[in-house]
Amino acid sequence: MISGDESRVAGALVRDIRESCEKVSGTLKFMEVCGTHTMAIHSAGLKSLFPGNLHLVSGPGCPVCVTEKKFIDQAVLTGKKYDACLITFGDLIRVPGSLGSLARFRSEGGRVRIVYSPIDAVGIAAEQSPRPAVFLGVGFETTVPTVAATLKVAMSSGVENLFVLSAFKTIHQPLRILAAKTDLDGFLLPGHVSAIIGSDCYQYLVDDFGKPGVVGGFEPLDILLAIKDLVKMAVIFFPQIVNDYKRVVRPHGNPSAVAITDEVFEPCEASWRGLGLIPGSGLALRDPYSKFDANLHLPVDVPPAQDDPRCRCAVILTGSLTPDECGLFGRECTPEEPVGPCMVSSEGTCAAYYKYGAQ
Amino acid sequence: MCLAIPMRLIEITGECTGKVDSGGVKADVVLTMVPHASLGDYLIVHAGFGIEVLDEEEAHIRLELFRELAEAYQPQEEQ
Amino acid sequence: MTGRLIRDVLLPKLDRGRLRPLPDSVVLSGLGDSVAYTTDSFVVSPIFFPGGNIGSLAIHGTCNDLACSAARPMFFSLSLILEEGFPMDQLETIVQSIAQAADAAGVEIVTGDTKVVPKGSADRIFINTSGIGTVQASAIPSPGRISVGDQILVTGPVGNHGMAVMLSRAEFSFDFDLVSDSTSVWPVVEKLIELGPALKFLRDPTRGGIAATLNEISFSTGHGIEIEERTIPLDKSVVAASEILGIDPLQAANEGKIVAVVEKGMGNKALELIRGCPIAKGAAIIGEVTQEHPAVVVMKTRIGGSRVVAEPSGELLPRIC
Repeated sequence: MISGDESRVAGALVRDIRESCEKVSGTLKFMEVCGTHTMAIHSAGLKSLFPGNLHLVSGPGCPVCVTEKKFIDQAVLTGKKYDACLITFGDLIRVPGSLGSLARFRSEGGRVRIVYSPIDAVGIAAEQSPRPAVFLGVGFETTVPTVAATLKVAMSSGVENLFVLSAFKTIHQPLRILAAKTDLDGFLLPGHVSAIIGSDCYQYLVDDFGKPGVVGGFEPLDILLAIKDLVKMAVIFFPQIVNDYKRVVRPHGNPSAVAITDEVFEPCEASWRGLGLIPGSGLALRDPYSKFDANLHLPVDVPPAQDDPRCRCAVILTGSLTPDECGLFGRECTPEEPVGPCMVSSEGTCAAYYKYGAQ
Repeated sequence: MCLAIPMRLIEITGECTGKVDSGGVKADVVLTMVPHASLGDYLIVHAGFGIEVLDEEEAHIRLELFRELAEAYQPQEEQ
Repeated sequence: MTGRLIRDVLLPKLDRGRLRPLPDSVVLSGLGDSVAYTTDSFVVSPIFFPGGNIGSLAIHGTCNDLACSAARPMFFSLSLILEEGFPMDQLETIVQSIAQAADAAGVEIVTGDTKVVPKGSADRIFINTSGIGTVQASAIPSPGRISVGDQILVTGPVGNHGMAVMLSRAEFSFDFDLVSDSTSVWPVVEKLIELGPALKFLRDPTRGGIAATLNEISFSTGHGIEIEERTIPLDKSVVAASEILGIDPLQAANEGKIVAVVEKGMGNKALELIRGCPIAKGAAIIGEVTQEHPAVVVMKTRIGGSRVVAEPSGELLPRIC
């Protein structure tokens, strides 16, 4: 699509949104659940086009942000105690732990390898053998099947020294908690998580909470289209689940990906920064894949982690506060010297505000 | 949550592996989750894995919708 | 971190008037013809990357700092710090690249030094240069000459060096054609000098990309800057790489480009002057200096929204989540 057309389409969609919002006397507040959406919205400058009574707040869909400090500590302690090689996505490397970040551990001689794909962990484990290689499992339903597939390869290749430290999470349980909040009028649902789990599974938002949800893509026009549909439904009090990313998301998702996930993982409770302990919202390795579980085979004593009491990440993650309302934002807490994960994570809400302006 | 981009499947290199291309950047891809993919398809690639095949017909429908919106749109003076 | 180190520790002790504006190169008076002088250190990793190595980079980077003072690069010093055990064949390749780059740029290396340090004291090889050039413009480019309404150009597609280096890192296994744009920009600057006093300011957008350079300009002048996303030249492989890795190409380094600020209305003339330069293919006017939003750089996005282009902070890292 040529640029002129793109801005015309945007113009048309924005006008539609504005006209709908004029019909509402109060404000409309939607939550985008997915961190990739947060970044896309800010980098396209979308909020600068919205009318004043339309608010979009970010939710807990940034896997790095919702991972507790304790996880980083556990990773570092595992690396130290077992002389393990830690394998991680780049996103985690500068997140502050009580004992420093993974980057600091690496600069002090710790073995830390950054990967683009979990499948690379198999090769790294072979290189590092017999030393344990521990993959730091942070991510949601999009990433989990890639790790599941990796472990199947490890199993069939007879790899003995690869482990996974799982902090994987799933979105339905926290989404229910957030849907119960009265100040949210609907949800922009994650595009690629939905590619795995499908668009039909969100019906409870309508049936149990009366809130609309739209599965959106990631191009600026995709997001505008999704917002337009959310606003329309909110204005006429007709909530539904709408799929605006049909070229990627099917009603039942990707059955191969779901099957691989179910074969390797089972639900467990998980601790979410900002939301606390949520039953059934985490994923643990099930037999026979529990042979790869770092929690079981490489146990460490992790002292309770103290978050900085001034850090408001927990509240920001649930959409109750915006980053500029945090006293540390831009002062003691910056991307170079982050206090909390929302600032250092490349998908963190605070990082988005800092990088792209409050709009 | 999930940075993933469409990349074209240009080669099958093994039972479950292939090569994808976007803008001249080629990457290895694991095809375990997209058994329905064929050479030439656009795959949504996340962390080196294909997680879905792009539905070309739906992609066309979307472009048509946008074309109609662009044609109908007359910019007005902002107040 | 380096920013604070410079502001709080180095400048207070060392500045005697010329250091404070933190120029890439400085024009020295009292030496006959106007002489420009610069120094730089090169610590790039990996030391070999598509399109060059630390050696060619050292020559090009030093040329480009001098070019920002409208000075023809002429005489360089070259200082090598080698970690004990650094492979001889790699050293030979690097030195060969230095020689080739210097010859192509018309630069002579006239003095140098070499030190070997114990293993672990340096990351394989560090290179320091200093360079002398002769100023060819009567009006020296400087931030003080920039005014509201001035136009901002970039001399070609951005982000190539940073992206090529990122893609070639050991943890990725991508095949790609993208190479670093590392080269001496003096041939382009030589043409831009024909604008006379309408050429206000030059800077090479290295670490931190054009985002860093635009913020430097905005900060040192106190003026706002507005750029348009659709005018920023980008190679399609850079766009692809930036989408795959989740890295902003505006923050990726350039080693063969110049950001030029020219007088209002002179943008097209500037583009005409450099049209024939092979290394200025794809040059474009990307924005202007504005009195809106002082000291802030704002980009109008492709779909008509606007967002701030912040100063980059920290290491460029690929995203997955």
